Amino acid sequence: MFSKIGYALKQALAQTNRNKGVNFAAVLAITAMMLILGIFFVAFVNVNLFANVISQDYNVVNVYLGEDNDDATNSAIEEQIKDMNGVEKVEYRSKEDALKIMKQRWGDNGYLLDNLDSNPLPDSYLVYVKDKSAADSVAAAAKNITGVDDVNYYQDTIAKLAKATRFIRNASAVVMVFLIVVSVIIVANTIKLTVFNRSKEIGIMKYLGATDWFVRGPFLLEGIILGFVSAAAASLLMYVVYGQVISVIGKDIMRIFSVPVVPSSYLIPNLVVIFAALGIGIGTFGSIISIRRFLQK
Amino acid sequence: MIIFDDVCKNYGSNVGLSHASVHIHKGDFVFLVGPSGAGKTTFIRLILREITEDSGHIYVAGNDITNFSRRQIPGLRQKIGMVFQDFRLIEKKTVFENVAFAMEVVHKRKKDIRRQVPHVLDLVGIADKANRYPSELSAGEQQRVGIARAIVNNPRVLIADEPTGNLDPVTAMEIMEILDKINLRGTTVLMVTHAKDIVDKMNKRVVAIDHGKIVRDEQGSYGFTDDEVNLYFSNEEVDQYVF
Repeated sequence: MFSKIGYALKQALAQTNRNKGVNFAAVLAITAMMLILGIFFVAFVNVNLFANVISQDYNVVNVYLGEDNDDATNSAIEEQIKDMNGVEKVEYRSKEDALKIMKQRWGDNGYLLDNLDSNPLPDSYLVYVKDKSAADSVAAAAKNITGVDDVNYYQDTIAKLAKATRFIRNASAVVMVFLIVVSVIIVANTIKLTVFNRSKEIGIMKYLGATDWFVRGPFLLEGIILGFVSAAAASLLMYVVYGQVISVIGKDIMRIFSVPVVPSSYLIPNLVVIFAALGIGIGTFGSIISIRRFLQK
Repeated sequence: MIIFDDVCKNYGSNVGLSHASVHIHKGDFVFLVGPSGAGKTTFIRLILREITEDSGHIYVAGNDITNFSRRQIPGLRQKIGMVFQDFRLIEKKTVFENVAFAMEVVHKRKKDIRRQVPHVLDLVGIADKANRYPSELSAGEQQRVGIARAIVNNPRVLIADEPTGNLDPVTAMEIMEILDKINLRGTTVLMVTHAKDIVDKMNKRVVAIDHGKIVRDEQGSYGFTDDEVNLYFSNEEVDQYVF
């Protein structure tokens, strides 16, 4: 068993080496298509996370309190809000608590907040409302209370984000199907070249009583090698580029949206698995297509 | 060893074989002769199951191959050694590697390969050329490699398709001696040929095909007269297998 695989692998490496140029071009093309897929994946995962994080707050209206408010002002504000229609509960969140929670949400990147000189977050009331219309009216009314600095809630954003997530998911599915088909064709054509180069040998093999799998093995492995090398290249590139991107703009995204980007320690292992599965699948399928016609003769 | 029982094969409106019945026994040495297009190639391709018959039955080594599935074909071909007119050696492999290849294809162990290949190279008389490449050999030597490759797995049957077609008369007779020697070791030999002088000289069983029919099956000479030979073979084309 192992010697059979070893034999096929030796043949596969030899013939991959013989057609270096074409194989290199194929690897480039497949890597490029994996990168495109990777970008879609990254976008999807991040938007999804963003949507999830803020949807935790979908029924909450944040009422931020002025920095100079005294306790009396704040309690007055609380009483006014409690009297509004649709309000279920009002919860006080001090600026210290707010920072703690933010740190938690940022997960791996929470350490970035350790270096702040002073806490930039305001004290706030979390107003739990029973539905969206209540959120709208409470938000509008709360804004007019003196001592309230700002009001924000995520209902609209969530709806928009849900749409964006759906769009990205569907678009990736379409692009993925298209790119996979293209990659399979690339692999099939590359392998076909090797098959033609060795057609005389294949003919002789068949007269000598070689089984289909014996003939097919080296080509199958050549396809898998192509897919695998492409997957490795794509993974490495994604690792480097994504690492760069989050180190440059990740902080800004957090500051602006108070939502973390997906850390590369989570994203890259997943991408590696996806790329490897894709690469092997594409390689296998491509080479089976190109050798099938030869075996039937 | 090989039995054709009322086998018919047509290619569209062209007759390949028509109600052919032949019984080749274990250990036989049989010449298959006949004009181009008579059905010799069809005969061999049927044995190898490159093509399937329209009717009748074919038995090889005791098995009715007419209902063999695709998966059984490799096993069938492993029982048959093939020698070709154009040798069909792999140019980038040495003599040793070409012969070893036949054993690798059927997953023989390295140890067995190292022992068996020199043995057959010696048998066909080119033990000293083991590390040469086919392009460095004469036509006769290349055919010896082809024969060594065909017998290295100890097949039950050796089929030689015009093995002397590309060789001068002296070399051709040397090849015939090798085939005779292999036959004497117990291997059934079926040889397709046009070479009247060889057939006459060897004095073996001769099966003649014409227009898809077995027209003669007897011990001895080539059978066709010189006139018939000239008539049939003046526009001769080389029989070619299509992969």
